[in-house]
Amino acid sequence: MAKSENLSNAPQTTEAGVPIIEVKHVSKQFDDGKFALNDVSLTVQKGEFVTILGPSGCGKTTLLRCIAGFQVATEGDILLNGEDVTDMPPHKRPVNTVFQKYALFPHLNVFDNVAFGLKLKKIDDKTIEKRVKQALKTVGMTDYEFRDVNSLSGGQQQRVAIARAIINQPEVLLLDEPLAALDLKMRKDMQMELRDMHKLLGITFIYVTHDQEEALTLSDRVVVMNEGRIQQIGTPTDIYNEPVNCFVADFIGESNILSGTMIRDRRVAFCDQEFDCVDTGFGENAPVDVVIRPEDIYIWKSERKHTDDVPDQSDYDPDDRVPKGNFTKWYGIVESCIFKGVHYEMLVKTDNDYEFMVQDYHEFAPGTHVGMLVKPEDIQILHKEHYLYNYFEGEVLKNGMVRFIDADWEVRPDQLEPFAAGDRVRVQVPFSEVDLQDYEDEGTLSGEVHFILYKGNHYHLTIRTDEGYDLFVHTEDVWDHGDRVGIRIAPESITLSKLDVENAQS
Amino acid sequence: MKWISVFNSRRTWAWPYLLFLVLFVVLPLLLIVVYAFTDPQGQPTLRNFVQFFHTQEAVNTFIYSLAIALITTMICLLLGYPAAYIMATAELKTPAVMAMLFILPMWINFLLRTLATVELFNMFSIPLGGGALLYGMCYDFLPFMIYPIYNTLQKMDTSLIEAAHDLGANRREVFTKVILPLSKPGIYSGIIMVFMPTVSTFAISELLTHNKITLFGSLIQRAFGEGGIMMWNYGAALSLIMLVIIAVTSFFGDKEESSSQTII
Repeated sequence: MAKSENLSNAPQTTEAGVPIIEVKHVSKQFDDGKFALNDVSLTVQKGEFVTILGPSGCGKTTLLRCIAGFQVATEGDILLNGEDVTDMPPHKRPVNTVFQKYALFPHLNVFDNVAFGLKLKKIDDKTIEKRVKQALKTVGMTDYEFRDVNSLSGGQQQRVAIARAIINQPEVLLLDEPLAALDLKMRKDMQMELRDMHKLLGITFIYVTHDQEEALTLSDRVVVMNEGRIQQIGTPTDIYNEPVNCFVADFIGESNILSGTMIRDRRVAFCDQEFDCVDTGFGENAPVDVVIRPEDIYIWKSERKHTDDVPDQSDYDPDDRVPKGNFTKWYGIVESCIFKGVHYEMLVKTDNDYEFMVQDYHEFAPGTHVGMLVKPEDIQILHKEHYLYNYFEGEVLKNGMVRFIDADWEVRPDQLEPFAAGDRVRVQVPFSEVDLQDYEDEGTLSGEVHFILYKGNHYHLTIRTDEGYDLFVHTEDVWDHGDRVGIRIAPESITLSKLDVENAQS
Repeated sequence: MKWISVFNSRRTWAWPYLLFLVLFVVLPLLLIVVYAFTDPQGQPTLRNFVQFFHTQEAVNTFIYSLAIALITTMICLLLGYPAAYIMATAELKTPAVMAMLFILPMWINFLLRTLATVELFNMFSIPLGGGALLYGMCYDFLPFMIYPIYNTLQKMDTSLIEAAHDLGANRREVFTKVILPLSKPGIYSGIIMVFMPTVSTFAISELLTHNKITLFGSLIQRAFGEGGIMMWNYGAALSLIMLVIIAVTSFFGDKEESSSQTII
C-alpha cells in the first residue's frame, strides 16, 4: 500500500514510455446497432495528461466509461498495467473518475464524501483523517471538512469531487468534462490548477472535453475523435499545425479550408492562383485540400486585383509588417470585421469570389480593399478524402431504373444501353449535382446534414441518408447541421459504368 | 382603479380559503380541545382522560391499534421497498406500466376493495379476524408505501451510484451506503402515509373482523355514534390522544424531509 506522502512527494519526472492503459481495437455497439466506438486503439503512457477531444456524440465519454468500467466494450480489450480489465467491474479497477456533474453524495458532508473510498477499505480513522486533510489541501479546500456539500459553489463541489478521487491514489484519474458546468473565469482558473495538480500528483490523467482550447492548454497529447473513431493523436502543436484531415482542421481552432490542386512538389494551386508551399509527395496535379489558419494570413491595404501584373504603388504597409519576398498575393474587400479582444477577425471576399477569414491586430473596416499573403510554411496540404464524385454500387432494374443507396433512380436511356436488367453497375454522381430540397418528402430519399465544411466559395456537405449512406454535396446554399433534407438527383447527372472489383470499393 | 387593484391582489383571493380553514379546520379542532377538557355540563375537568387511562379495555384497544398500525407499516415497507426498487432500477421495458398497476387499486374506493376482500375470504372459507385485518390493511395501503419510495429512487442521480462503484463499493455497499440513505425521504413519506390512516381506521376493521376486533378508531366512532351526547366529551378526549400520536409521527417525518423535499 502506497503511503500518503506520495501525494506531495510524487516524482516530478514521469516515467516516459511505460504504457499504463492500452485500448486495443475496442468497439462499443449499442442495442440499436449504432457504434459509439468503432475499432478504437490508444496507448496512454504512465504520468501522461491525455485529452480525448471531440464534438458531442463522438464516443469520447463512452471510451472513458469503458476504461472506468461503467460500460463494457462489445469488442476488443482494455489493458491496465498489462492486465486485461475489459470485464472487470469498476470497483476493482485502480482508476477513479471525476464526473461532469460532480456526483457528490448529498447525504454526506465534505469530509465523508472525500473519505468514502478509504472508509470502504477499512482504514483506521486517524489515517483517514490525515489523508482527507491532505487531499483537501491539495485541492485548496482546507477547513471545508464539515460543510454540507449542497452549500458549496460549483467550483468548490468540483474540487471536493477531485479530492474524493485522488485520495484513493488511483493509477489513472479519469475526468469526464469536469469543468463544463463552470463559468468561463472559473474554468480558466481550474484548468491551471488541474495542470499543477497533475504535475504534483504524478498520476496519469485522461481528460474528456469538447472544448478544443481546453484540450490544447492542458494536455501532453490530444486524441481527436469523431463518429466513434480516432481521427488524430498528437501533441497540441501537432494537432493544431498539422491536422491530418478536414475534420480535425475544422474542429481545432478556426481555419480556411479550400479545394486545391498539388501541381508538383512544393507548388499548389487554389483560389485560381499558384502558391509555393513546403509539402511534398502528393504527386503531380493531385486534388488536395488546403488549410490556412486565419492568423497566418498577412493583410494590408491595397487597391490591386490578382490579375494585375505590375506592382501597385497603392500598397500600403506603413508598419513594414508584411514579409518582403516573392510571395503569391491575393486581393479582396473586407466584408465584416469583429473585435475579438486581442485581435480583429475579418471576413474578406476576394476579387474572384472566395471568402477568407483573417485575424490581425489591426482593424480593417468593412469596405477596405486589401491584399493578403501567406508564407509557404503556413500552408497546410491535406489529401483529399473525397473528390468531385460520389460512387455507389447499384443494380439495373427491369423497369429501366437503377437501384442504389436503397432507392430507385431514373437514369438517361443511353446510360442504360450497355446493361441488362439485373446487372451490377458502378454509379457516379458529381458532388455538385446532388439536389437538396427543404422538405424531405420532396426528395427521392431523405436524410440529414451531417457535416459542413466551408471551402471558401462553396459548402462541402456530408448528407447521411436515413438508411445510413453518406452522400457528399457541393452547394452554395447555406444549411445547418442536423437539417432534414430531401435528396434528388436528376437522371442526366447519373453516369453508369461497368462494375469492376477495384472500383467497387471507392 | 382602487377596486381593480383590490380585486387583482392575490391576498384578496386568499380570504375565502382562510374563512374555509377557520370554519372547517381551526374551529372543529378548538371544539375537540374544549370538549375534551370539559364535562357534559361544561365545567373544566380532566375526568375524560382519567376515565380513558383507567379503562383497561380502552387502553388495550389503543395499544392494539398502535401495534396493528405499526405491523401494517412494517409489512408494507418490507414488501414495498423491493417492489419500488425493482421498478426504479431494473431495466424493465415497461416500468411505468408496472408502477401504474400498483397505483391502479387506489382508483377504487377502499370500502369497495375491503368488501371485495371480505367476499374473497368467504369464498375460500377463511375465517375473518386479526389475520384478515392485517391482510386487508396491507392490501389497501401498500401503494401508499410503494409510490413515494419509487419516486425518490427513480429521481436518484445514477452517477451517484456509479461514483460509489468507482470509489470501490461493491453492490451491497452501494446499496447500504448510497441508495438506502438517499431513499430515506421516500421511506418516511411512505411510513407516514401508511401509518396515519391505519392507526385511525375503523371501517376496515369492522368489515374484516365482523366487529370482533375493536380498533381505536371504532372506539371514537362509538363514543360519538352510540354513546349519545353524554359521551361526546370522552370521544373528544380520545380524538385528541390520536391527534397527538399522528402529530408526533408526522413531526418525525417532516424533520427528515425538510432536508430533501420529496413528497408525492
